[in-house]
Amino acid sequence: MQKRITTAHGGGGEEMRELISGLFFKYFSNPYLEKLNDFAKVDISSRRIALSTDSFVVEPWSFPGGNIGDLAVCGTVNDISMSGATPLYLTCGFILPEGMPLEDLEEIVSAMARRASEAGVLIVTGDTKVVGRGAGPFINTAGVGAVPDGIDIGGEMAKVGDEVIVTGAVGSHGIAVLSKREGLSFSTEVLSDCAPLNKMVAALIENGIIPKVLRDPTRGGVAGALNEISVQSGVEIEIEDEAIPIEQGVRSACDMLGYDPLHIANEGCMLVVVSQKDAQRALELIQSCKYGEGAARIGRIAEGAPRVTAKTLLGTKRLVDPPSGELLPRIC
Amino acid sequence: MSHPDRSDPGLLNKLLDKIRRYDGPPLTIMEVCGTHTVSIARMGLSALLPKGVSLLSGPGCPVCVTPVDIFDEAIYLAREKDVIIATYGDAMRVPGSETSLLEVKAGGGEVYPVYSTTDALDLSQKNKNREVVFIGLGFETTSPTVAHALITAKNLGVNNFSVLSAHKVLLPAMEALLLDPEVKIDAFLCPGHASMVLGWRCYEELAEKYGTPSVVAGFEPHEILLAINMLLAQAKEGAVRVENAYPKAVSEEGNTSALNLLERVFKKVDSKWRGLGMLPGSGYELSDEFADYDARRRFLSGVKFDSSEPAGCSCADVLRGVIAPAQCPLFAKRCTPKDPVGACMVSSEGACGAHYRYREV
Repeated sequence: MQKRITTAHGGGGEEMRELISGLFFKYFSNPYLEKLNDFAKVDISSRRIALSTDSFVVEPWSFPGGNIGDLAVCGTVNDISMSGATPLYLTCGFILPEGMPLEDLEEIVSAMARRASEAGVLIVTGDTKVVGRGAGPFINTAGVGAVPDGIDIGGEMAKVGDEVIVTGAVGSHGIAVLSKREGLSFSTEVLSDCAPLNKMVAALIENGIIPKVLRDPTRGGVAGALNEISVQSGVEIEIEDEAIPIEQGVRSACDMLGYDPLHIANEGCMLVVVSQKDAQRALELIQSCKYGEGAARIGRIAEGAPRVTAKTLLGTKRLVDPPSGELLPRIC
Repeated sequence: MSHPDRSDPGLLNKLLDKIRRYDGPPLTIMEVCGTHTVSIARMGLSALLPKGVSLLSGPGCPVCVTPVDIFDEAIYLAREKDVIIATYGDAMRVPGSETSLLEVKAGGGEVYPVYSTTDALDLSQKNKNREVVFIGLGFETTSPTVAHALITAKNLGVNNFSVLSAHKVLLPAMEALLLDPEVKIDAFLCPGHASMVLGWRCYEELAEKYGTPSVVAGFEPHEILLAINMLLAQAKEGAVRVENAYPKAVSEEGNTSALNLLERVFKKVDSKWRGLGMLPGSGYELSDEFADYDARRRFLSGVKFDSSEPAGCSCADVLRGVIAPAQCPLFAKRCTPKDPVGACMVSSEGACGAHYRYREV
């Protein structure tokens, strides 16, 4: 019979210990975790640290190109990386529904381990709770990273003349989740772009390119992230519609549902604002990284009131608004 | 990998140049279809048209032309009749007289966005002890899919699924606009999707009767520019024809099997439109064969809403092309996609929504 999560797995007793040693240790093996304390003591040799936390509630938990475990690691790794920090350690809290097959949990945990290993981070402490049926699994991860000296990256740092790069095709994650959740199929299968971006950030910094702003355009998409940056930095951001990389499958899905690809969530690409003199070198470095092949220069920082504009296909200029409300499919 | 506007820039420039060199008589073109409105707004075409040529957004956004009554009926069903409402997502945000389906859902009402009528039918099969009502909106583009789902439901003997039909017939609305003394339309850019069902020949009667050149257009930027060029060429030579600039999808006679589905499942009735009022023969009600699947006959007998548009809202004038969205006093002020007053701001393909989202600067 299929083994399932029961309330005992969150009860602090023997079953929970079995789950920890049988499953979590198997995948997340490291000396910090295996001490079995309620905390992890870690060494960080940096004057400044970056902290971040994120909760993952994606429904369905598995989708083309990944699962909630991939997201839980990549999401927090990426949030820390957007400060220029090197992500080091993660914590992990599971909220699991009673009745969840253990093999599903194993699929999630193995994805987390794979991503943590890829990103070079350790999951050093965790927690498990079991709740009634009907929702979840949910995961919260928090992370800590070391900020190298002299690095000051933030949404408020964009200056007139800087350039904007996007490191990969946009809109894939949101469409992949939607297609699985709603059982929709489009002309080509769209896979989530979910990926850790810390190696790409490191490649820039190690080569002497210090970005002004790094932002992973998750919920709210590229349009949301660019609008945030424009407000934080008090600048206009001009992009070019034609320069933005979008996969055909994402394009058709958005055409069909009435969505703007710039409003769709991403989990494996980022926006990089760099000085004009660094732009070409930054693009080349990004393109030489895993997950950066599709990078493109998409626009620049201009003088003007905080807003985002796009040069249209025909050369006119339009506003790019952030999305509002839940994205709801239109009729035809 | 491709780019957002996939059309070949060389071809686009050629087509645009030709439009800009137009020196014929002034021409007001109505794009009937909401998807065209979005595409035109997104590429920023209006600012590039030569003097005397203008584009008007028409009544082709299904959510927009649906009168407030329908939303009030759906809200009533969700609140008072304990039914599950299944609807296309963008209908959820349209304000009814007092509230919207989205707010009803937030308050615990069972309202589910679906992507097709088939999804709604599936919902009824997963909830066999509940009634599921699908809100049927839209033109001949969507009504055949509803017809198909209803035939499937009947064949399977499903007894907890019904449709609240607000489906519209396209041609009477186009004719009503031509007859409206406030509205000035010289030519029609005809919808691509609806024409796939209806066929391009259906526009000939109107074209002849009112002297209105009409061209069926696809949705890619170059397809729209090509169709506009064809309309300008007709205007210049003083011709009135129906032409098909979307032959890869639209045929002369349309999709016969879809038309047969409509014939069987629906009957044409007089119908109220937002903006256009009551138009004879402009709505689709379920035929007597499908009376058991008609949510209105099942749950709303004796219940009648005669709701009016929200105060100050100019959707009625926008839908008829009497004013441009930006001319409405509420546009981008009290009425935005985040907090819409009128239906035209709600839908992603509504004229106000498209003009707001892609407004030129």
